[in-house]
Amino acid sequence: MSSAETDIYMDNAATSWPKPPAVLEAIQEFFANAGGNVGRSGHSRSIESSRRVSLARETLADLLGAETPDEVIFTKNATEGLNLAILGLAPEGGRIVTTSLEHNSVMRPLRHLEEAGRCTLEIVRADGNTGEIDLEEWSAAIRRGGWCLAVATHASNVTGALLPIEAMAHRAAAEGVPMVVDASQSAGHLPLDVVALGASAVAMPGHKGLLGPSGTGVLYLAPHVDVPPLIRGGTGSQSELETQPDFAPDKYESGTLNAMGIVGLGAGARYLSEVGVDAVYARLTELTRRFRDGLAQAEGIVVYGPDDPAASIGIVSVNVEGIPCATVSRFLDDESRIMTRAGLHCSPAAHRSLGTAPEGTVRFSWGFDTIEEEIDVAVAALRNIAARRAEAAGVVG
Amino acid sequence: MKWGGVVSFFASEHAMRAERVLERAELPARLVPGPREVSPNCGVAVAFRWEDEPKVEEALQSKKIRYEAIHRFDLDDEEGAGSGRVLTGETA
Repeated sequence: MSSAETDIYMDNAATSWPKPPAVLEAIQEFFANAGGNVGRSGHSRSIESSRRVSLARETLADLLGAETPDEVIFTKNATEGLNLAILGLAPEGGRIVTTSLEHNSVMRPLRHLEEAGRCTLEIVRADGNTGEIDLEEWSAAIRRGGWCLAVATHASNVTGALLPIEAMAHRAAAEGVPMVVDASQSAGHLPLDVVALGASAVAMPGHKGLLGPSGTGVLYLAPHVDVPPLIRGGTGSQSELETQPDFAPDKYESGTLNAMGIVGLGAGARYLSEVGVDAVYARLTELTRRFRDGLAQAEGIVVYGPDDPAASIGIVSVNVEGIPCATVSRFLDDESRIMTRAGLHCSPAAHRSLGTAPEGTVRFSWGFDTIEEEIDVAVAALRNIAARRAEAAGVVG
Repeated sequence: MKWGGVVSFFASEHAMRAERVLERAELPARLVPGPREVSPNCGVAVAFRWEDEPKVEEALQSKKIRYEAIHRFDLDDEEGAGSGRVLTGETA
């Protein structure tokens, strides 16, 4: 039996839980007072729905520092945004430069383009533990000539290690190379200013750090970026035309929107604006420090990620020597109701960079709601599992 | 309320945003089903008082809201939105 009181949810990097009460309230309010289809009809409930979605778009634009809400495209997740941006900006016959810490939401579209013979792929090695990447190597790869696209994650979803994304984006911009940023783990977790970043596209889920429900995502597209949509269809606008509108956001948002999800996401973004994303970052850093300190010098426990908690983003991966990570994760859930994610986290490349492929790691990831006591319980549970293993090994040995 | 003008939009998203911008600028405005004579582009338009036209235009432009056109349009709430008619061919 699951209980919200006793559960220790440490899988916020997969999806955040719980959501702020305001998110649930906004969804209920949507169905009570709106509920019509967004942008489709002129009647009151349709307009009420459109108003709420538009306000959510504005809230997100403000949170991300976009110049206008038209740069905020609603998607069903980060993956859809990444596919839209990558496939749209892919240099036919050219090169794509990326890092060794990418999630499969980036790697699979890239490998698809490579296999189809549409682009060649160049992977610049980044350190899975620290997020460090040789910027000269990154620049050299971009500068190698020909039509090029750069794609990089802001933070590793395995260790939380932050990459020097601003510097990487500025290097790409200096060479006139468009860049796609995967902000899946960073959005809502540390301040992000898309204009200052200067990337062509920034994709993020709505259901992780932005605290919205699943089925939501955001793609920031810079005003000068004009790429084809992933799908085409009804938008409620230019109904007399049988061709796709050429203006954002309608160009990229065909079919009925996930209005209730977007409204919930808007409430999550508003919550973050009120709390302050810098405060969230400070909080996550504090929790990471407590967890890492708790595991310092623990026998039989390997901790991955940057030594400096501020160089990561609310994620710590660990392994208990001699026990498969999936077993550790099961022990944690069965014995202590601690929920983690074991395995490769959809990021085989990142695990290879970390030296943890093919087994993977147990990943702990905090959220705005995680408290110190929960961190302490997790530390004690992990130490206990490792101690039991050492004891058993001793008996056997 | 006598509405003397309407703004037409390509996307309803922009109409919603325009409504908020005008509200924040304290310019009376309301969303109305887009009169067919004005624009078939999206379902809704924003009605405003014609005497506010310069301020409406300035507010929308300063907030970078994309609109199709501003029309002189007679729309009277008392008679219902269906009574609206284009007075002249002039657009702002």
